[in-house]
Amino acid sequence: MNTWLVMLLGGLVTFAIRFSFIYLFGKFHIPETVRSALHYVPPAVLSAIVFPELFLQAGTLDVSVHNVRLLAGLVAIVVAWYSKNTLLTIVIGMLALILFQWLL
Amino acid sequence: MTTRNSNLWAGLRAEIPLLIGVFPFGLIYGALALSSGLTPAQAQMMSSIVFAGSSQFIAVQLFHEAAPGLVIVLTIAVVNLRHMLYSASLAPYVSSLPMRWKVLLSYLLTDEAYAPTVIHYEEQGVTQYSHWFYLAAGFALWFTWQVSTALGIFLGSSIPESWPLAFALPLTFIAMVVPVLKTRPAVASALSAGITALAAYSMPYKLGLIVAAVVGIVVGTYLEGIQPRGDVL
Repeated sequence: MNTWLVMLLGGLVTFAIRFSFIYLFGKFHIPETVRSALHYVPPAVLSAIVFPELFLQAGTLDVSVHNVRLLAGLVAIVVAWYSKNTLLTIVIGMLALILFQWLL
Repeated sequence: MTTRNSNLWAGLRAEIPLLIGVFPFGLIYGALALSSGLTPAQAQMMSSIVFAGSSQFIAVQLFHEAAPGLVIVLTIAVVNLRHMLYSASLAPYVSSLPMRWKVLLSYLLTDEAYAPTVIHYEEQGVTQYSHWFYLAAGFALWFTWQVSTALGIFLGSSIPESWPLAFALPLTFIAMVVPVLKTRPAVASALSAGITALAAYSMPYKLGLIVAAVVGIVVGTYLEGIQPRGDVL
């Protein structure tokens, strides 16, 4: 599919989600289960992206100390947990990756 | 005493701290979009057409991995599903506005516009001009996102090739996900989705991502259902 078409459809679907209940107000009620399921979208989707980035090297599992992205990712997780600061997490994570690449 | 202007200014003032947080992300997004193979025009237009930060980062990552278009659209939809909650939450406050206002305000409904706006509505209730607060907060964010994206695109080409810039994406996601892991169901949701993503990585069309997301959402929702509320880590 063409990049522009993907972006256009992505935009339309995003708008439809945002417009949904503002448009439907008074016509429909969200079930409680759906409401709580929506809270788990961020942890589920983000972890599904992050795990392969950290644990896989060229498509195969690598949990050794030679996996520098895993090491840098663990540093970033600790920074994110204690600081809750996104920018700091990115900066320290990048520095950690550069440092581990240089050391190992 | 509230007027149209007082609401506009109040919305803008409430949004300023959030703009400071968003600006660096626009920069990073713009730079990453280019390094992932989008053209400057595509990178900029995604910020106006999709206008949803985390889904734009993820879309860029998927474009970079040459994922099929349908999977990218589906992933954008899943990532932005949380906006449905915001839509439901703000719906009663905007229900008496004309349709063109509802359309405009829906387009501007981001995490950062929602947060100050819902607080404003909860404290002040609906007044004749309260939608101007929402508009000001939403538009200030929109404008900041477009400008910071443009600046990121402009500066991105000057970043040396040797920098492991692509790693900024997983780092961004780590920074987003770790602070929401405050309850056991949320941690279980993240771990089950992550492990499923590893196991399903070789599935065609990046479908492993969708399968993993669904597993994580189901696990989190199920555990929340069987566990008493307020049981935090």
